[in-house]
Amino acid sequence: MSDLERFRRETRAWLEANCPPDMRQPVVADEDRCWGGRRPTFKSEGQRLWLERMVARGWTVPEWPQQYGGGGLSREEGRILRAEMRRLGCRSPLDSFGIWMLAPVLFKYGNEEQRREHLPPIARGEIRWCQGYSEPNSGSDLASLATRAADNGDHFLVNGQKIWTSYADKADWIFCLVRTDEAAPKHLGISFILFDMTTPGVSTKPILLISGKSPFCETFFDNVRVPKRNLVGDINKGWEIAKYLLAHERETVSSVGLPAGRPLGQIAAETLGSQDGVLADACLRADIARFEIDAIAFQLALERSGDLLKAGQASPAVSSMVKFYSAELNQRRHELLMVAGGSAALEWEGERSRSGERARNWLRSKGNSIEGGTNEVQLNVIAKRILDLPGA
Amino acid sequence: MALILTEEQTMVRDSARAFLADKAPVAHLRKLRDSRDRVGFSRELWKAFAAMGFCGILVPEALGGSGLGHVEAGIIMAEIGRNLTPSPFLSTALVGATALLRDGNAARNRELLPKLAAGDLILTLAVDERAKHAPAATALTAERSGNGFKLTGDKCFVVDGHVADLFIVAARSAGAPGEREGVTLFLVDARAQGVAVERTVMVDAHNAARVRFDGVTVDADAVLGEIDRGWPLLEAALDVGRAALAAELAGLGEEAFGRTLSYLKARKQFGRPIGSFQALQHRAARVFVELEITQAAVLKALQTLDADFERAAAFVAVAKARAGTSATLAVQEAVQLHGGIGMTDEFDIGLFMKRARVAQELFGDDGFHADRLARLQNY
Ligand SMILES: Cc1cc2nc3c(=O)[nH]c(=O)nc-3n(C[C@H](O)[C@H](O)[C@H](O)COP(=O)(O)OP(=O)(O)OC[C@H]3O[C@@H](n4cnc5c(N)ncnc54)[C@H](O)[C@@H]3O)c2cc1C
Repeated sequence: MSDLERFRRETRAWLEANCPPDMRQPVVADEDRCWGGRRPTFKSEGQRLWLERMVARGWTVPEWPQQYGGGGLSREEGRILRAEMRRLGCRSPLDSFGIWMLAPVLFKYGNEEQRREHLPPIARGEIRWCQGYSEPNSGSDLASLATRAADNGDHFLVNGQKIWTSYADKADWIFCLVRTDEAAPKHLGISFILFDMTTPGVSTKPILLISGKSPFCETFFDNVRVPKRNLVGDINKGWEIAKYLLAHERETVSSVGLPAGRPLGQIAAETLGSQDGVLADACLRADIARFEIDAIAFQLALERSGDLLKAGQASPAVSSMVKFYSAELNQRRHELLMVAGGSAALEWEGERSRSGERARNWLRSKGNSIEGGTNEVQLNVIAKRILDLPGA
Repeated sequence: MALILTEEQTMVRDSARAFLADKAPVAHLRKLRDSRDRVGFSRELWKAFAAMGFCGILVPEALGGSGLGHVEAGIIMAEIGRNLTPSPFLSTALVGATALLRDGNAARNRELLPKLAAGDLILTLAVDERAKHAPAATALTAERSGNGFKLTGDKCFVVDGHVADLFIVAARSAGAPGEREGVTLFLVDARAQGVAVERTVMVDAHNAARVRFDGVTVDADAVLGEIDRGWPLLEAALDVGRAALAAELAGLGEEAFGRTLSYLKARKQFGRPIGSFQALQHRAARVFVELEITQAAVLKALQTLDADFERAAAFVAVAKARAGTSATLAVQEAVQLHGGIGMTDEFDIGLFMKRARVAQELFGDDGFHADRLARLQNY
């Protein structure tokens, strides 16, 4: 038996023994996710245990080096672990902007002290991060951002406002884009800094979304003192870092892919019924089947882009393509779920609809083509960077 | 298996690409069309295909073939798609050869396959009977007669039917149209008494025929696969054809898109390249994304045919449907974004649109395969 085979067997046995039963159920609502943090909320004891056990093995971040709280697994082992988790239907033990977005930046641009300070608590789910990019007047045109960080000797003095900051009210730290040179051209005066959300002068105000939930906030900075050692990379070189992070954000948004589980057609059959094994509503059935075709093809495209990357043949800006298409697919999926659910899917409150779960998820999916760079912006990137089409 | 070409496969692609671009570019099709060529493809080119090992691509080396797989076959189809090359490669080397190979009659194969690999035999599947592909609806009757059968009925959209030496005919030997049980495949000589062939010139200037079987008698040993249980063999041959068409459509779509992209950069209006208009950039970007995703689906179908043939149906359905819709989008956008010149016969882009329409329709369009996938997933 090869080492990898042994690893697979042991991993399978360990997961079977240690993954609590309720952590093998598909994630349906955002509350099913575990985000960790200083004030973690666990939906169940199983969720807490699952995080604790995975943290102990470093398997919240299986491929990170052990000194930063990772599992130290090889790429192949990481792949096996994920495959075995999928096989058992294990949930992710920890969802984290720290893991998905900040860590790649720290590995590439951070100094050793910053890695040591921030990576282990991220791996253990002890510190929850939020992303301070967008501002009221700087969305797609992010580089026009105006939040200022003035040089005040040993620290920066930060003043300004961010908006759409996901989970800012629940986060412990923020990674934040700030303007450190107002005279320079807009891309050349931006820096990437980190600070604690409990620093005096930081305040957040939740924003209610169309889904009736408040996952994101307005975030205000009023004379916030940020130690200079919390600058990542060089001063005024933050735009490169910002873009690097966005590419990772796009990848994670989409590499999560579509929720596994039963084909949409079978879900629809529950409300609509079927005749001789064929869904009763012919139009919806065709729409669903066409969706499934695109969804399967997209999963294969994700797999292929991973293989191309490994073979050193990855096309540039592939993350834009993936982000764009996964947003479209997920929105189509939720539209179809609403159609399939009929009036039952319209109930907004109460047990029967699990507090309007389907409708709320449908509304939430509308953000997929806005968050992390809108679909129009992704198409701009594809047109310029892959297709090499001329500027206006 | 990684969803990329191996080094050997990349070499096959490079040589097929160079060969087809040299010997059979779009101008080749145009010439055949404009001269109303009676064969509709070049016999000389077909001989060159044989010399390249293309005709016998799926045939084992012991029988004179190249002994390669479906991925390699798809690679050649993609290049055929780029160049709009007419040839019996699909009908004979892929669909026909698959039926013989999977039937597995050693004596027959020893006789026929070396000829096929040498480019001396054209073989095609006659399955459709009405305007939309519906193999289970096969109604052409096979009545028992003497020690064999008598075939009566009409077939249409028989690819290369006007020049085929042999037909593989799907016939109803039992049961009723709509049922999978009761279908039998027969190998029928094109010169047999009672066979009447009418060439149908199609919109894409490729080749097809309507074929009438008027009480054609065949021996029992003309049966391919099992009597009344020909369905699996029919589906196997069709699925190889469908995956191959998906590869052709993918290649065709990429070429049409590539030409469109060059035009967007070259054509100027309002004092700037039209490709600088964001409305067009976004349309181009969408086409690009659709085609990229299709590449993965097509390769997966071809790889699965090689690795796990019996389980390939769902992937083949996905690939054929995806390739059909994305190539259709690519050629529609191609014509639109070329403006007036895109509407002219003299300009090549319209030829891509024509071939895409035919390849979409052949062996089931995207709707057919969406329905098929839904059935495979039980809804
Ligand atoms: C669910 C969700 C979570 C989010 N989480 C965070 C977060 O945690 N942190 C954070 O910093 N931000 C977050 N955002 C903000 C998000 O990044 C911005 O909303 C996004 O970048 C768009 O900016 P905007 O809202 O200002 O829209 P605008 O940029 O004003 O865009 C409005 C419309 O104009 C289009 N448009 C703009 N420019 C162009 C162009 N050049 N070409 C073509 N069309 C264009 C856009 O595509 C869009 O359709 C989140 C957003 C959502 C929806």
